[in-house]
Amino acid sequence: MANSVDFNLSPIMELELESLREDDTAQDSMCQLIRVTGTGLESGSPETLEMEVLTTEGRDRMASQMSDVRERADERRLQRSEESMQTDLLVRNRWSAATLRVLSSMPSRSVGQQSRLEIISQCNIRSTQLRRYHRQNQDVSLSSRPRIRGYGIEADSEDVCEEETKRQELVINLQSLSAGDRVRMMRATPLSLAEKTKLRKLAFSDKVGQSLLSSQVPCCSLLKRALYHVLFGCLFILSSLQLWQVALKRLGGRFGTGVLSYFLFLRTLLLFNVFLFLINSLFLVLPQAIHPPLHTPSSHRVTGLELFTGTGYLSNSLMFYGYYTNSTINTSCRPDEATAGTGCGTTSDPHMMAYNIPLAYFFTIGITFFITGIVLVYSMSKSFGRSFRVFKSQGNLAIKVFSSWDFKVSKKMSVRLQSENITTQLKELLSEVNGGEEEKGRLSGMALHLLAWSISLGSTFFCALGIHCFAKHMHLRRLEDAEGEVSLVHEARLLALPGVVSCGNLLLPGLFNLVSWMENYNSPIVRLYVSIFRNLLLKVSILGVLCYHWLGKIAAEPEQHGLQCWESFVGQELYRFLLMDFIFTVLYTVFGEYIWKLFSQGVLRRRRKPVFDIARNVLELIYGQTLTWLGVLFTPLLPAVQIIKLLLLFYMKKSSLLVNCQASRKLWRASQMSTLFISLLCFPSFLGTSVSVIYTMWTIKPSSGCGPFRNLPFMFHSGKQWAQELKSTNPKLAWLNWVHSCLVENPLFLFLMAGVFLMVIYVNTQVLDGQRKIISLLQEQMENEGKDKKFLITRLQAIHEERQRPLSPSSRPQPQGSEV
Amino acid sequence: MGTTASQLGKDLLSEYQELTFLTKQEILLAHKRFSELLSKEDRNLTSVPMEKVLSLPELKSNPFRKRICHVFSTSDMKDGSLTFEDFLDLLSAFSDSATLEIKSHYAFRIFDFDDDGTLDGGDLEKLVNCLTGETEDSRLTPEEMRQLISNILEESDIDKDGTVNLSEFQHVISRSPDFVSSFKIVL
Repeated sequence: MANSVDFNLSPIMELELESLREDDTAQDSMCQLIRVTGTGLESGSPETLEMEVLTTEGRDRMASQMSDVRERADERRLQRSEESMQTDLLVRNRWSAATLRVLSSMPSRSVGQQSRLEIISQCNIRSTQLRRYHRQNQDVSLSSRPRIRGYGIEADSEDVCEEETKRQELVINLQSLSAGDRVRMMRATPLSLAEKTKLRKLAFSDKVGQSLLSSQVPCCSLLKRALYHVLFGCLFILSSLQLWQVALKRLGGRFGTGVLSYFLFLRTLLLFNVFLFLINSLFLVLPQAIHPPLHTPSSHRVTGLELFTGTGYLSNSLMFYGYYTNSTINTSCRPDEATAGTGCGTTSDPHMMAYNIPLAYFFTIGITFFITGIVLVYSMSKSFGRSFRVFKSQGNLAIKVFSSWDFKVSKKMSVRLQSENITTQLKELLSEVNGGEEEKGRLSGMALHLLAWSISLGSTFFCALGIHCFAKHMHLRRLEDAEGEVSLVHEARLLALPGVVSCGNLLLPGLFNLVSWMENYNSPIVRLYVSIFRNLLLKVSILGVLCYHWLGKIAAEPEQHGLQCWESFVGQELYRFLLMDFIFTVLYTVFGEYIWKLFSQGVLRRRRKPVFDIARNVLELIYGQTLTWLGVLFTPLLPAVQIIKLLLLFYMKKSSLLVNCQASRKLWRASQMSTLFISLLCFPSFLGTSVSVIYTMWTIKPSSGCGPFRNLPFMFHSGKQWAQELKSTNPKLAWLNWVHSCLVENPLFLFLMAGVFLMVIYVNTQVLDGQRKIISLLQEQMENEGKDKKFLITRLQAIHEERQRPLSPSSRPQPQGSEV
Repeated sequence: MGTTASQLGKDLLSEYQELTFLTKQEILLAHKRFSELLSKEDRNLTSVPMEKVLSLPELKSNPFRKRICHVFSTSDMKDGSLTFEDFLDLLSAFSDSATLEIKSHYAFRIFDFDDDGTLDGGDLEKLVNCLTGETEDSRLTPEEMRQLISNILEESDIDKDGTVNLSEFQHVISRSPDFVSSFKIVL
């Protein structure tokens, strides 16, 4: 955040310094400038209209002496309209040629005309600054543009080839920079490629054939160069492996940045899951797969339903918690000797690798959650930094006009749509800025909002209640079923609860959409946030009810629910939920979107296809990811299922989009939305799951019949036991135990950390505040400088006219507003 | 110099990699597409006329396509024809890794329709007309246009001289988080 503020400061500083510089030079140096720069100008096209506005504004400002400009914006607007009336009466063409030349050669305007010279000068300054910075010289602050211009004039005011000297200076500066800086400088200069190659040849004419990166060849630089090559090679491979690059480009080109953000979010989630899956399989699944536990093979009929319910032969597989043993695997043992207990080989060879499965389970899950949390918080803060606006101005019109055109969009239809979008937004913004909003009947508006909120909250509450009762009912049914024979119908009943939940997840958002359409919000942004909030509340309450059910009821009294291994059961439930969610999404995409398109085009006769609902789809993704994270503790292979699901979802959504939908007309602030999504992923989703995982590990008694934590009072005792064992076997590592007891069991440490964290936040907010104040002060200063500039120009003109008058007694009559 | 040979020289390739923001793949792809544009013409030509450049699918429907060609063209005749190096410049400025400064510099030059170094009322009007489209009913009314331009100048003209110069433009752009992602063209 601080960086973005600094960037704001530097152009402001340059402008300020430039105007300072200009005001410092007295009128004689102005004449010098006129002489020197009068030669090489191509077009001194008079900008007469703005000159008049300048004059009148200057006069009016001097007369009225308005000090607090910003707060009198309305008055200024009024004045401007008065001034525009006065311009017709004003004198046109009254600026003399000399004044016009001065004006058009001002540094702030010379981007188009003397572009090469100006850019080379700027490059010069920057390279000088860099060189001085590297030599620890602090004298950089005043080497701004005007100084260089002044330098050029003092040194060789007679020399026409100013450009050549500048170029030589630049070449010398470049040669003295380090390689990395040189590359960065060359890349960042807005010169044409031909110019840059010329410069490069000039600067390194004696090192023909070598690349810039290999300009110095001592031994350590050779190593550095080799490292660079390796790194570039790796990056090249990584970038060529970028998943779905072409497809994403096509989608972005056709539908814009908003829809693209959904797919980018999907890709991010995929990467998280791949990471989870790799770590889990490497440290958890593989060791256990190599040394499978001995258990009686139960006879299960292999029907296809197992894939959906997770029961049957899957329940005693690597998928679920119950499969994992609480043994320590010694690598010197033969596989069939690895039984429950301490493992084979009584005299432990100290150099033998012993792999403690419960410990591995505990630490793997803990560390993956920790790393995921860090990565999430980091990406969230980066995203926040990108979308944070340092200070809000009165309106967004300039920003919208300058930066809203998406150059990636290439199809003609999409381009036309984008133009329409922008037109609508501009018109809306204009009407907002210049006129007030209509005063709707406030009372009826309030009542409507109240009604809408009560409907949505009420439906959420009833949905949650219904799920709670249904879950209890299903468990009773399951108990009854378990007493009887196992049949297909009984297994299929396991799918009822997930089905009902997914139904609720699908239908209630539709209800929310209807309700918000009824409410008829004025601003689309508010409507979007409200809908996201309602959907989020629905999902949080559903998940909350389910978690209470699993962790609070089932885990606490597993015998009452007839379960040997409650963790496996919870894992299976989560697996079922994930699958049913996917199936319902597929059904919704196929039937919902496709059939709705047919319906709306055929029956309702709308010409436009339906719009891709980004918010709803993103919340679905977050819901799926929450389920995965909840289930990782009980089902280590659940990330693999989620990976497959996300892959299939990508292709399905892509084809559905291309066939059924079209780009939205609504405003979509892509970067702020991405920030919102990542923060939704982090805060309710990840935080909630980590809280529940920690709760499970710390307070719930694991089942005694299955899993790696059997016979332990709590799951985290495996870590504690290991620490104590370490103390007894290897006294040198006793400090680890001490660290462990300090960190984990001492609440003071957490308080300290929280305190430090809060202090850092406070200091950063204060710094931001201070920088905001500086920015507003500088803005005021710049406005004052602008007024000074106008004052000087009018004085210059006045003096010039005074001088002209005695020379030409028949002075030209001041032309009135007829000439243009 | 731009080459019409089917292969780019290795040192030329590495030189382009150092001087632009493009990766090796992107430069090779650009070379391929550029050669396709040249393939029907005389082999001796090194620059592609503007009409051919405008036939690229990425530029075909872009309302700023002519300005883009004019800004990046280094030909003396000011006809908007691009050599291969101009083409690389174009892609580099519009690439993923180009800095905000470069992008805003070129955006300013693209929006400066009369090439006078500042964005005055006429430039802004043409800009808004490009944004809102060709058809008559999607354009703004003159009254709205006038209001829009005065609002823009009020927001972005810091020294109140009636035009937006490069620094003021860059200041406005730096406040917009979407600019970098929307000022992109990928082949």
